[in-house]
Amino acid sequence: MLDFPGAKAAFTSRMEFISPNAAEAVPCFRILDDLGRALDGSDIPEVDSSLAVKMYHTMVRLQTFDSIFYEAQRQGRISFYLTNIGEEALNVASAAALTKDDVVFPQYREHGVLMWRGFTLDEFANQCFSNEAGHGKGRQMPIHYGSEKLNYFTISSPIATQLPHAVGAAYGLKMDRKNACAVTYFGDGGSSEGDFHAACNFAAVLEAPVLFVCRNNGYAISTPACEQYKGDGIVVRGRGYGMTSIRVDGNDALAVFKAVSAARKLAVEQSKPVLIEAMTYRVGHHSTSDDSTKYRSGEEIAHWRSVRDPVLRFRRWLESNAWWSVEDEKELRGAARKEVISAMNQAEKKNKPPLSELFTDVYDTLPRNLLEQEATLRDTVSKNPPSLAPH
Amino acid sequence: MAQKVLVPCSSSSSCGKVQFSPSRVHTQAIAFGGELSQSSSRKNKSLALKAVAAKGETSAPVTAKSGHEILLFDALREGLEEEMARDPTVCVMGEDVGHYGGSYKVTKGLAEKFGDLRVLDTPICENSFTGMGIGAAMTGLRTVVEGMNMGFLLLAYNQISNNAGMLHYTSGGQFKIPVVIRGPGGVGKQLGAEHSQRLESYFQSVPGLQMVACSTPYNAKGLMKAAIRSDNPVILYEHVLLYNLKERIPDEEYVLCLEEAELVRPGKDITILTYSRMRHFVLQAAKTLVERGYDPEIIDIRSLKPFDLFTIGNSIKKTHKVLIVEECMRTGGIGASLRAAIVDNFWDFLDGRPECLSSQDVPTPYAATLEDATVVQPAQIIVKVEQMLQGLI
Repeated sequence: MLDFPGAKAAFTSRMEFISPNAAEAVPCFRILDDLGRALDGSDIPEVDSSLAVKMYHTMVRLQTFDSIFYEAQRQGRISFYLTNIGEEALNVASAAALTKDDVVFPQYREHGVLMWRGFTLDEFANQCFSNEAGHGKGRQMPIHYGSEKLNYFTISSPIATQLPHAVGAAYGLKMDRKNACAVTYFGDGGSSEGDFHAACNFAAVLEAPVLFVCRNNGYAISTPACEQYKGDGIVVRGRGYGMTSIRVDGNDALAVFKAVSAARKLAVEQSKPVLIEAMTYRVGHHSTSDDSTKYRSGEEIAHWRSVRDPVLRFRRWLESNAWWSVEDEKELRGAARKEVISAMNQAEKKNKPPLSELFTDVYDTLPRNLLEQEATLRDTVSKNPPSLAPH
Repeated sequence: MAQKVLVPCSSSSSCGKVQFSPSRVHTQAIAFGGELSQSSSRKNKSLALKAVAAKGETSAPVTAKSGHEILLFDALREGLEEEMARDPTVCVMGEDVGHYGGSYKVTKGLAEKFGDLRVLDTPICENSFTGMGIGAAMTGLRTVVEGMNMGFLLLAYNQISNNAGMLHYTSGGQFKIPVVIRGPGGVGKQLGAEHSQRLESYFQSVPGLQMVACSTPYNAKGLMKAAIRSDNPVILYEHVLLYNLKERIPDEEYVLCLEEAELVRPGKDITILTYSRMRHFVLQAAKTLVERGYDPEIIDIRSLKPFDLFTIGNSIKKTHKVLIVEECMRTGGIGASLRAAIVDNFWDFLDGRPECLSSQDVPTPYAATLEDATVVQPAQIIVKVEQMLQGLI
């Protein structure tokens, strides 16, 4: 054995380069087939009917909320929206495998995680309409949710900046010896950021209890995965950092639930990070600022939206257990639609935040320059026609 | 020369009243690591006269000097250590801060005392460990992030501006970020352009950040403690050439006010506003100016964001003339912002334009003669003050 400080490895007389890709890609763990039937030899995780139905309810509400609010943006009622379509199972099943003490650092396509934790439709709608009732006090653009109460950290647009935060939070949890871990989500595109590399490396070196959940949905706006990386996805990088990793079918709610549960256990008990690459597909456009038919075919989108819908797949499994029926479906879809529309209408009617909230929270207390600026602004507003005054 | 020093205010939020404490008069070292010259005429009288104190006597005669002498880097360390002992949520992270004790020894001995989880060595990625510090601060720790050189924190600009500065606001006040970001900056001795950055220039615009600059062992320790106790993200600017400055500081605990400027020398002819290393250049120039009969009032502004316009304004109302001496580059530096603030607020009290001496708008060259020419020198300060006081400008 050669004992350099950098590595302890056996020596070899044969010069052999390691090829860029293994003979076979890392296999993808799944429990249900595309039609929602348990595969032979699968080990179904402990998901009883009430948990399964609750998961399904949340997926449907998420899907309903997404489609209605996407349309609302098209109609000019809100300025921006971003959907989770195609990733509902990944969102909800991963959230269901965590506890409320686990701290979540999202990218921006994980509204289902927040919904699972108890953020209400009203709270979602208030943020999207940036009214005075929103927790963010109207300061962030739509879908940039945050809830201190639900341990879901306020979304910040730049990609992957939340990854080091998660490592920092995990470090704090480790120090406090809490029975909890940090969980952070990011996409295939986010894995290219420098922060991904450093966060993974830090977490492994510092032995921080954090789950890195990569939603590999195939596209980063218009950049397909094959132009994002040349290796076998994100899972293979785990080994590069000395980190346990797994590739899972992100559209299989049971597989996601099982993998995240096991990863969480490992992270909390052994104080180690785990990398989970969840393979999925971004059915919607990147956001309302994108038209993805420009870079992919309508047929491809339609295929994944219908035949490969993870919500439908999970529903089939529920039905096969006699936990769900056509009547239940009709009732849920109708109720969800009503609730979402009601929340939207309520939120739209509420006032926007008052001027007094423009300058607060920059610091803990208002410094002199901000008090001056507020006074000047109020003076300007009072001297000008009502159209310039806020609600 | 003797200076009067402000008694620290007891709270860490902005305060209005300050007092002078004549009992804390002490001399001050100037510029490049020169030692303090302390008067030691009472040294022989400090010894106890008897081996055992008789009943009824006071236990020991008064010591010659109260307090203890300390170098600036050690004063920072002392402040940090006291806060870490007082509050178990305070922790430090950065490159080589742990067992190595820090590149400038500010964290020396802390890992041994508090464990390597609270004094954390990180791999090399400024953006990441700054982000990590922010994430830990959001979840209940009070983190002190050390940049080995302030210039490297440019790699962490996104985390500092978009996250540290912003998240309290964008989360609607839900998440606070009590992080202290600190490290040595400023123009050193031939360290090259990338290691001679004045980050206060670049960060001063970011809403949500608070910035302070230390310049003496006394204010270094006090500001370190105040910064850690603050719930806002604070950037503490240290200067690479001031770490070996020596001063006698109090034994008893003290915390300075982050938003306060320091009146270093009262005077009536002109207000000179400065901070960090330039404070010492100004004091050196002041020796000559005083000999020539001028009476400058020297204020170390200390708080770079927000400015202590109360102290600064009171001075301008008295002297009617202002000279800012800074190490930032002319374009977009602290001086530029301070001039604007002075013009906005104290126009009626000014006899003339507020003047500013700054560094040249060039990357700091390596060659010593060139480097000296890019920063303000005491001789320039003397010339400028004389011009201003003789009405030539």
